[in-house]
Amino acid sequence: MHELSIALSILDLAEEEGQKRGGRVAAVHVKLGRHSGIVKEALLSSFEMAREGTALAQAELMIEEVPLVIHCSACAADQTPSSAYELRCPVCGALSHEIVIGRELEVHALEIES
Amino acid sequence: MSTSPRLVQVRQHILKRNDEAARALRLRFRAAGVYAVSLVSSPGAGKTAFLERVLSSLRNGYRVAALVGDLATDNDARRLARAQVPVKQIITGTVCHLEAEMVASAVEDWRLDELDFLFVENVGNLVCPSTFDLGENLRLVLFSVTEGEDKPLKYPTIFNTADAAIITKIDLAAAVEFDAAAAQRSIQAVRPGMETFEVSAKTGQGMEEWLRFLRRQQGNPLG
Repeated sequence: MHELSIALSILDLAEEEGQKRGGRVAAVHVKLGRHSGIVKEALLSSFEMAREGTALAQAELMIEEVPLVIHCSACAADQTPSSAYELRCPVCGALSHEIVIGRELEVHALEIES
Repeated sequence: MSTSPRLVQVRQHILKRNDEAARALRLRFRAAGVYAVSLVSSPGAGKTAFLERVLSSLRNGYRVAALVGDLATDNDARRLARAQVPVKQIITGTVCHLEAEMVASAVEDWRLDELDFLFVENVGNLVCPSTFDLGENLRLVLFSVTEGEDKPLKYPTIFNTADAAIITKIDLAAAVEFDAAAAQRSIQAVRPGMETFEVSAKTGQGMEEWLRFLRRQQGNPLG
């Protein structure tokens, strides 16, 4: 259950950015890759617990799950595998070494009320 | 009168702090000329037995040390100390993984330039450690023949972030009808091209081949 420490990092980061921009943070938008190692549901419930008593006690957490994209060197193209975890090109069936999108774990944007 | 909230782009990596600490560690390791290897596995896969064997084997030709992360006890550190190399315990309390800052403070008073290899044994867990860079040169993921050939498919993220896989307790392979080809297919599906070693810490089987690989990596740390 490392989602709680991730939730605390999100709060720290959002609070800091909110202060810099002056205003109340109403929502935090997070991008989550399939290979980030984070479970969406666990992060949502951890966030609900962690936000209590902070400046973001009312803030919503909006999670966008980013689909996996691999680079297939045989096709010389980026592809989305049909299985979420097997890194196999859906066109030619070759296995890929390279994840192009899928490790994202970022605070993408904030909704700020003045 | 309330205005609707404005959307501000931030684009900050959530683990920025860990990544910065890991980067600082990586630079420190490189400057000191020490090769850092981390080990992850589920509880009971045999990390400590494997590491004990590795430390004993390397001790004659290299200067080695180990850090071991554990939730509560220092049993593993005491076991590893039998290999007669410097060992330090990192007790993580309720934290289910090691973070870069924990490693940094554990080695703070160590002369890293007097070491060739530093091993970092993570907490037994195949989920949480995958997210945290520890500044290591090589991340090893271990699983035992008793855990099933599809372990990599169940925990693809940790296998994907690892650099090499170690299949432990290979001396029990026949007893549990372990299918080595199926295990290899599972590994390659989630981490194509990953080197895999089948070892037994008990009999020593496969250890020499793995150690050869390790020495080769250490001689060419960026390769």
